[in-house]
Amino acid sequence: MFRSQNTRILLAQILIFILFIAGWKALTTFGIMSKFFVGDPFIVAGRLYEWFATGMIFKHLGVTLFETVVAFILGSVLGLLVGLWLALSPTASQLASPYLKGFNAMPRVILAPIFAVWFGLGVTSKIALGITLVFFVVFFNVYQGVREVSPVTLANARMLGASRTQLLRSVYIPSATSWVFSSLHAAVGMAFVGAVIGEYMGSAAGVGYLILEAEGLFDINGVFAGVILLTFFALILDAIVGVVEARLLHWQPREAATVGAPA
Amino acid sequence: MPGMDSAVPALALRDIACHFPARGNPGGTYTAVRDSTITIAPGEFVSIVGPTGCGKSTLLNVASGLLKPSQGTVEVFGQKLTGINRQAGYMFQADALMPWRTALENVVVGPEFAGMDRAQADRLGRDWMARVGLAGFEKAYPHHLSGGMRKRVALAQMLIMDPKVILMDEPFSALDVQTRQLMENELLDLWQADRKSVMFITHDLEEAIALSDRVIALAAGPGTHPIGEFAIDLPRPRDVAEIRHLEEFSRLHAQIWEALKEEVLKGYAQGKR
Ligand SMILES: Nc1ncnc2c1ncn2[C@@H]1O[C@H](COP(=O)(O)OP(=O)(O)OP(=O)(O)O)[C@@H](O)[C@H]1O
Ligand SMILES: [Mg+2]
Repeated sequence: MFRSQNTRILLAQILIFILFIAGWKALTTFGIMSKFFVGDPFIVAGRLYEWFATGMIFKHLGVTLFETVVAFILGSVLGLLVGLWLALSPTASQLASPYLKGFNAMPRVILAPIFAVWFGLGVTSKIALGITLVFFVVFFNVYQGVREVSPVTLANARMLGASRTQLLRSVYIPSATSWVFSSLHAAVGMAFVGAVIGEYMGSAAGVGYLILEAEGLFDINGVFAGVILLTFFALILDAIVGVVEARLLHWQPREAATVGAPA
Repeated sequence: MPGMDSAVPALALRDIACHFPARGNPGGTYTAVRDSTITIAPGEFVSIVGPTGCGKSTLLNVASGLLKPSQGTVEVFGQKLTGINRQAGYMFQADALMPWRTALENVVVGPEFAGMDRAQADRLGRDWMARVGLAGFEKAYPHHLSGGMRKRVALAQMLIMDPKVILMDEPFSALDVQTRQLMENELLDLWQADRKSVMFITHDLEEAIALSDRVIALAAGPGTHPIGEFAIDLPRPRDVAEIRHLEEFSRLHAQIWEALKEEVLKGYAQGKR
């Protein structure tokens, strides 16, 4: 019963996709919308095929993924550490509060040109941008997660003889993990945004660079191909986080909510 | 215990007062507990009854060292308490298990903190799980267990530490009557086997009488303090379901209720406001 229900939903989803492509194709073929602006789905698919067939895409994809993964890891670790530290130290948290709020409110993509000046046009400037984006998402969630730790569980652990480090290891961190993971989903996206925007603002390689280049040639099909490729890999990275999450949070009856942070 | 002067109480709260910041009145204080002196002898089972919201949990938090009283001192076997009460085990009113740990992992938390090696702790943990009637549920997570089973895990988690003083805050109040009587009897069996000093909070007078050597009644808040102490010299070992039918039980119940009635009505009136 459930199975057939799921199958039907899947079929409907595929149908929607086909209708969308068909509509896109029809609109451009009959000249209702200009190919110049919206491209042509078949040419986009052809472009993607060509990129993979010739192998030229792998270098660019590799660069973008490398930037994403490094920014994701460094930003998350930093967010985790600072989040734990500030959540457990009220004085530090009070001191840092206005600065963190300021940095968070700042539209940080605007840092891209500055990072390009500081770190050059290579991968470093993209990683730096990614880190500033990832950091805040993870930081706010860890901070919130630690603040939400059940005071009874905490008191119980103290009665059972937990030292400060043991409290951190066996209560604060596990109890904040659900918050951390819900933030990691958003963080992967942020790392990707950082890499692509960075490339788009100035670089010599990466999928963002490909898109920039296609745009320069008014090659709308190339732009779409790049966007689709990015979407696809963002989904894959998100799925990887999901798998790790499912393994580590198997004890959990329900999902935790996320607090977001703007890019 | 050999060499121990039985005149030294296992736990003594002397002249305790606790002030909290008042709700809805910034800068003001609310005196939850005042002039409270409670002593518990080694091996004695003492229940504290009082109207809801009067400050029972507050007193227990003071006894555990989790809450520093605004006034007064706590002594544990004659030693003045500073910081956490290391001689005490505390079973909380609310669920305090770690939801990310299995039942067995929860039970062995204390030994693990104390640095016991994994295999030994596991053996001890399984032993305690069996003693509280949870053999076979070692791998279950708390949210898969019923309320009664979670209470058993919490009990094992506390008893595995072999505390000299046991603090229990309405541990069975959320359970249905049958489960509750079952667990009360199990608690009495465990206590009978190895007499610890118990400070047991409840708002259920029958439970208090059925379990205890002594019942202390508290006044309604604010400024809660003991208003009466009643020795319960019913025979042991007891069965909590049967002991209720004894004439002596009814007499004690009537006597304590007489003292408590007015306070409960006061507490009820405050709760409504
Ligand atoms: N941390 C706190 N801050 C402010 N007020 C508090 C605090 N802890 C307790 N109180 C107040 O002190 C009073 C006694 O609380 P306590 O939890 O000890 O009552 P209780 O007798 O255990 O109640 P119950 O039967 O509902 O468990 C209550 O009025 C409560 O609002
Ligand atoms: Mg209470």
